[in-house]
Amino acid sequence: MDTLILLVPLLPLVGFALLGLFGKQLAYLDNGEGMIGSLASATVGASFLIALYVFVQMASGAVAPQTVSLFTWIHAGSFSIDLAYKVDQLSVLFTLIITGVGFLIHVYSIGYMHGDQSFFRFFTYLNLFIFMMLNLVLADNYVVTFLGWEGVGLSSYLLIGFWYDRKFDGVSIIWTGDAAKKAFIFNRIGDFGMLLAMFTIYAMFGTLRYDEVNTLALASNASGFFPNGSAYSVGIITAVALLLFLGCTGKSAQIPLFVWLPDAMAGPTPVSALIHAATMVTSGIFLIARTAPIFALSQTAMTTVAVIGVATALLAATMGLVQNDIKKVLAYSTVSQLGFMFAALGVGAYTAAVFHVMTHAFFKACLFLGSGSVIHGMHEEQDIQKMGGLKQYMPVTYRTFLIASIAISGIVPFAGFFSKDEILWNVFEHGSPVLWGLLVVAAFCTAFYMFRLVHLTFSGQERFDTHHTHPHESPKTMTVPLMILAFLSVVGGLVGIPHALGHPLHVGNWIEHWLEPVFSAANNQLGRVSGGEIHSIEYVLILVSLVVAIAGIFLATSLYKSASVRPAELAESFSGVYNLLWRKYFIDEFYYGVVFNMLSKFSTSVLWKTVENKVVDGAVNGIADGVGGVSGAIRTVQTGIVQNYAFVMVLGIIAIMTWLLLG
Amino acid sequence: MSLIFALFAPLVGSIALLLFDRVALRSIRYTALTVSLAAFGFALAAFLGFDASSPQFQMVVDKPWIPSIDAGFRIGVDGMSILFVLLTAITMAVAVLASFKTIHEREKQWYSMLLLLQFSVTGCFVALDTMLFYTFFELLLIPMYFIIGIWGGERRIYAALKFFIYTMFGSMIMLVALVWLSLYVQQTTGHFTTNLLILREVAPTLGLSVQTWLFAAFTLAFCIKIPLFPVHTWLPDVQEQSPVVGAMIVGAVLFKIGVYGLIRFVLEFFPAASFEYATVMCALGAIAVVYGGLVAIVQTDIKRMAAYALVCSLGVVVMGIFSMTPEGLQGAIIQTFNHGLSVSALFLCIGYVTERRKSTTLADFGGLARVMPVFTVFFAISIFSLVGLPGLNGFVGEYLLLLGTFRSPFLNTWVFGIVGAVSGTLAAAYFLKMLQKIAFGKNDREENQVLSDLTPLEIAQLLPATILMLWIGLYPATFMRVSEESTQALVGKLEVLKFGKTTYAESLEKMKHPTKSEHQNNEEHKESSKK
Repeated sequence: MDTLILLVPLLPLVGFALLGLFGKQLAYLDNGEGMIGSLASATVGASFLIALYVFVQMASGAVAPQTVSLFTWIHAGSFSIDLAYKVDQLSVLFTLIITGVGFLIHVYSIGYMHGDQSFFRFFTYLNLFIFMMLNLVLADNYVVTFLGWEGVGLSSYLLIGFWYDRKFDGVSIIWTGDAAKKAFIFNRIGDFGMLLAMFTIYAMFGTLRYDEVNTLALASNASGFFPNGSAYSVGIITAVALLLFLGCTGKSAQIPLFVWLPDAMAGPTPVSALIHAATMVTSGIFLIARTAPIFALSQTAMTTVAVIGVATALLAATMGLVQNDIKKVLAYSTVSQLGFMFAALGVGAYTAAVFHVMTHAFFKACLFLGSGSVIHGMHEEQDIQKMGGLKQYMPVTYRTFLIASIAISGIVPFAGFFSKDEILWNVFEHGSPVLWGLLVVAAFCTAFYMFRLVHLTFSGQERFDTHHTHPHESPKTMTVPLMILAFLSVVGGLVGIPHALGHPLHVGNWIEHWLEPVFSAANNQLGRVSGGEIHSIEYVLILVSLVVAIAGIFLATSLYKSASVRPAELAESFSGVYNLLWRKYFIDEFYYGVVFNMLSKFSTSVLWKTVENKVVDGAVNGIADGVGGVSGAIRTVQTGIVQNYAFVMVLGIIAIMTWLLLG
Repeated sequence: MSLIFALFAPLVGSIALLLFDRVALRSIRYTALTVSLAAFGFALAAFLGFDASSPQFQMVVDKPWIPSIDAGFRIGVDGMSILFVLLTAITMAVAVLASFKTIHEREKQWYSMLLLLQFSVTGCFVALDTMLFYTFFELLLIPMYFIIGIWGGERRIYAALKFFIYTMFGSMIMLVALVWLSLYVQQTTGHFTTNLLILREVAPTLGLSVQTWLFAAFTLAFCIKIPLFPVHTWLPDVQEQSPVVGAMIVGAVLFKIGVYGLIRFVLEFFPAASFEYATVMCALGAIAVVYGGLVAIVQTDIKRMAAYALVCSLGVVVMGIFSMTPEGLQGAIIQTFNHGLSVSALFLCIGYVTERRKSTTLADFGGLARVMPVFTVFFAISIFSLVGLPGLNGFVGEYLLLLGTFRSPFLNTWVFGIVGAVSGTLAAAYFLKMLQKIAFGKNDREENQVLSDLTPLEIAQLLPATILMLWIGLYPATFMRVSEESTQALVGKLEVLKFGKTTYAESLEKMKHPTKSEHQNNEEHKESSKK
């Protein structure tokens, strides 16, 4: 079993190494693309199958959750970290999502990237990403997670800037590489928090293994002492939790660090689907789920997570209302959906958050790949104002896109319905009705912008020049993954039917049962009991959210289906609000125009030109000039040529050394 | 024996080259290469023969040199110096190789100077005698002066003089302190000596006020070499004016003497003053991180940007040293080793493009990835190594440095760890800017479209460092195990002096066996008595 588990992350690593070293040679061969694509996809597919096997074994009870250690990675003084993988219900579930959806996206990319001059480079990076992402979720300790955490950041950087000589439009962004840089740096701001959280944990608990830290944290709360002997203080726990959360806001694109994700759309569309929707951006959810007991100990931290999550969900959903770039709409939608997940984590609904990670991976990957299919068919056009009527040209893409849109809007019995309702109910029950209300508004916006997108893209008349542009359906390698993901978007939610609906029908909530061992400690701390009694108000809430979703769909359909109202006219009648949303509340302008600009001006004119050149170096040169003046008087005694002195010194040293060697 | 050969092979080569008459350039180059490879072989043999389980000095040679002042030819290595010997040998071999295509005039003198530099730098790391150390420390100024002054850029004389006077100033003050120290030994033991092994036993017994003066003298000399804010201003000029290989040696090897000196002399000789001024040193390190980082971001010249980047990253190393924890010290040693590798790769890469393009202005570049894909891969690896990406070497060192700083019982504050952690974000900002402006974007200038990718020779120069970057990133134990015992011994000594016991080891023991800790035992007692 050990070797099998190790193979899961290692196979994509092998794929990365092979492609990185020999990909260029392969690319010159006949059918080189096919070989590269199949090799990359096969490694991920094999990882998926092994993960599936481990999962089945674990579900049947044949294999218990365990830790597999490879070797001691970093050791210094008392500090020792193993490169070790932890296989339990949570990591297996994430592994299945990553390798499963990852495999489909690899296959899709064979079609999408066909003919690209750096075809092999794309798959090299993609394999690297899968390897790093698996390290992140399979890690037994914080440091291995951090390896994956930064590694996916690197892959994301490389893939956003994949077409590095293409331009990309954004605040202070000219090239796609600028967008990549922005993503990396904003993530690094978050990583600052991660690093400090790890140091604090180590200083307090003397270990960085998840299991030990979680147990010790709860034990210190009970005993009143940290393992290092100092008195227990909830302030430290809160600090750790908030620092970890800062890291999550970077990687999972939450307020205040979310601004990089919309610009990450500069990368090829499969990348947006895999990294910036289905997997990498859910790392923050994973981390908080993994460290749930720490968060459970701090009410302040929990509340912060919930509030930030709700605020992000709403803010991003409103921004999504006005975007005209098909991928940008989906990007804001992703930020918003991640906000839903954090809201769930903030009220202690860990299962609901992980459940939503899974369903979101299905429908959002489907949507992104669908948008990629549209972009592919429309010859690199991304502006939905220049689309319309595409359903007759691209029937498969249209149908799968529609299914995924229904799923994300939360219509019963599609996948998004179950996971979103689970979140909404938990926020209402354990959070507050206000937060619930705000999330419902966000859900309304979601349904609205998704169907605005569907109709502007696929319905009505063609708004492009049909003589020049001939949209076409994508090849099989692209449409088959779409169909599989659409299928999962329909049925994926059935693994988590809420008690209120499942109990009368005697259907259990599988995912809650599956993840129960992982979250039991945190749930105990929060005093949560699984499968509690059903409140009648739950049915009312379900009804409300359904009505809201249908209202959103209906409104968008009536506005955009026949394009009776042109988007531009609508924008004009609400120009004030529209502008605010269109410019994304001027957050980017604030970061770049105010914060970065001021820092850069300060560094240039104060630090560099004044302090460095005039004060520090000026003092040095001033002393030198002073000494030079004095020595000018006695200069005549000396030859003044340093080379001469130096030469004599060398001779002297050589003489001494020779004498020494001989003596 | 291998250590002696590693030390003297370059000197022999250096002199031999000077004796060469007007022979073919080829034979000069290959003689230099052979010598540096031989020196590397000896250094590697010393590294492999090093007994990591002992904190003592090994491969010790003790011969009389100047008997009247008991200055001996005493050399040896311990866990804190062996890696630096190896690093010097690797870097200098690469430097010789890198000179093949970049140095076209006075080649005989060039290689001779290069090998002389290797001799003096290696000497600094192995000297177990303060007079011998001082000799090597001064000797290295000569080849450095010529390397900058003869083969440098337009303002090379200014840069060379600035470097010379700066370091000379520091080392003169250190010389006074060294002599004072030996005189003090003479007073107490009646015997004047410059034997490091004796001095390091006697020096810590000095009172705080005296230690403070000596501490200041040594620290100044070493901080100029590192270089630490505010005595760093020679670096940007030197980096800008040096030939590529010169800049690489300064960045990869020369700084290391400063780091080594702080550990070997300052911490070991003057513990009381180190405790007293650790906060000051860390504060300077913290300033260097923020100041160097912010100034680096706004530089327009590639070489100057790299220079300030070094100031920023070395600030963290200084913090780690004065954290006086095993993590901090081992982190400082491995990070210095790492830094040498990554910086040499980075400067080689910078050299390749600036020489090809005949410009060091950042704005002149763009989109080189299209014409120089192999270059871009190596360049990106060295940059991400310096950014501290896990999986590459930089992360291991930086993580340990910050961890040590964060939990140091000597500093007893989290402030420096927090400021130090900012370096990761700053490094991403300036290094990715450099990568973006050079390699990415559209290659829309004619001058940039004709640039050729790396030659096999250039790849050969980059490969050793690149392989080691990955190796240390994934399995640092190969290189870190050697520094384990020596740093533990040093930290143990410092802890006994400061706290009267090795608190660190104790707290460690407690954490490893939490059930044995007192309050929990008490609780168990209570519970059992209740029953």
